[in-house]
Amino acid sequence: MYDIKNYVEATSVAEATALLAQNPELRIIAGGTDVLIKMQHGSLVAAELLSIRSISALTNITMAEDGIIRIGALASFTLVHQNKLVEANLMALREAALSMGGPQIRNVATIGGNICNGVTSADSAPILFALDAVLKLENASGSRLVPITEFYRGPGQVALAPDEMLTEIQIEPASYVGCGSHYIKFAMRNAMDIATLGVAVVCRVKDGCFDQVRIGLGVAGPTPLRCLEAEAYAVGQPVNQATIGQIGQLALNSTRARTSWRASKEYREHLVTELTQRALKVAIVRAGGAELA
Amino acid sequence: MHKKITFQLNGKSVNCEVDVRQSLLDLLRSQLGFTGAKKGCGVGECGACTVLIDGQPIDSCIYLAVWADGKAVRTIEGIAQNGALSKVQQAFVDEGAVQCGFCTPGLVLTTTALVESGQEFTRDELKRELSGHLCRCTGYQNILHAAEQSLGHKCACKEGHQAEAPAVGECQSK
Ligand SMILES: Cc1cc2nc3c(=O)[nH]c(=O)nc-3n(C[C@H](O)[C@H](O)[C@H](O)COP(=O)(O)OP(=O)(O)OC[C@H]3O[C@@H](n4cnc5c(N)ncnc54)[C@H](O)[C@@H]3O)c2cc1C
Ligand code: FES
Ligand code: FES
Repeated sequence: MYDIKNYVEATSVAEATALLAQNPELRIIAGGTDVLIKMQHGSLVAAELLSIRSISALTNITMAEDGIIRIGALASFTLVHQNKLVEANLMALREAALSMGGPQIRNVATIGGNICNGVTSADSAPILFALDAVLKLENASGSRLVPITEFYRGPGQVALAPDEMLTEIQIEPASYVGCGSHYIKFAMRNAMDIATLGVAVVCRVKDGCFDQVRIGLGVAGPTPLRCLEAEAYAVGQPVNQATIGQIGQLALNSTRARTSWRASKEYREHLVTELTQRALKVAIVRAGGAELA
Repeated sequence: MHKKITFQLNGKSVNCEVDVRQSLLDLLRSQLGFTGAKKGCGVGECGACTVLIDGQPIDSCIYLAVWADGKAVRTIEGIAQNGALSKVQQAFVDEGAVQCGFCTPGLVLTTTALVESGQEFTRDELKRELSGHLCRCTGYQNILHAAEQSLGHKCACKEGHQAEAPAVGECQSK
């Protein structure tokens, strides 16, 4: 038996936020693939759970007329992977969705839970960082928008007040239109493994030069992060091996990798320079640029 | 704390009162006597507890019993019809894909969902689709063959098979 003291269900965002306002002890449960594991391991006890999984409106993935893509917090990774809008516009997010867990986990694990859980290894985080995703957080009195790059506060800590919930993830057209992207999950096993390093790259190419490069990394520091120095360098540089080699080197300056049982700091740093380049090569081609050897 | 739920279990309607702390696996095994789904790890890693919910495989050890309310749940007990093995079960027998059998109910259910999806899968895709199941006995080769046979893929090594198939397994074991 799970150590659940209290269990309530909400069927709408209004109902969920009202319940959260009444009881700050309530802990949201979506797919439960992190929450229930924490209970099995004893790090979450006597839990008061608020299930939001019946709020079916939060599973939708839509594109508005202005091009903003909205991904409901309760979209499962299976839904994200199968979604046509994601396939057509957010290739690296599709790849990230398929890289996580195994089929049984992807069928229940939600993208919102992945982000709110706050860990640096969350497979959806590097690409959502690289896409400058904006999170819509709601409570009983209203909503606010927070860039995902400001959402992570530290390992397992996110900028979510006790009475707030994540309802949707927004991606602006400026972040994906005309861009190519790619996600590489480096892990010990091909499936059912947590990333040793996750690298997501988004780029736009104009007249043989980089118009924009955005790099999101997971497990290269205590939280997912962006490589702003490398990104700034890239703008206007010719798309060639020398440039991407330099981008790979500069990416390292933004990292704070550490040694864990999965890999040493040095190995992770090697992966950052190498995989950033490999991810870029694929993203360049997807952005309509030339293939580099 | 208890809650009344109603769901379809292998096509039959079930009404029951469940403890909110209970996993679907515990409900099936301890309360309803459906012991086909196994408890391996209890933390979503091994797939021994796999059941189908509205046609999709899930790990019932990390799925609360109350969530089954209104859903269609299928377990291995519902796969054979009138005592006759399903195509997938027969393929597992034919290919020698069962040793101790602990992983088998889950694998048969996931494979059944793949067959019912009507999609085609390459060998690599099949490996990915089965990656949520651990088997400590077989080494997976025969399980892959069984999944391929279930999906109508033809094995290069057997006689009388047509040449055109979505993916041809290289069947080293025969
Ligand atoms: C076997 C296994 C393999 C896994 N493999 C991977 C993997 O490869 N990659 C990976 O990234 N993760 C992996 N995970 C971790 C987990 O599956 C993911 O992080 C998943 O996306 C969590 O989503 P959930 O809906 O299950 O979250 P839950 O467990 O329901 O919630 C997670 C956290 O987020 C909070 N929360 C959830 N939704 C909201 C919301 N809308 N608003 C506010 N707070 C919310 C909860 O309170 C909780 O703190 C794995 C887990 C298991 C058990
Ligand atoms: S017992 Fe459920 S996945 Fe292992
Ligand atoms: S047959 Fe024994 S675990 Fe698979």
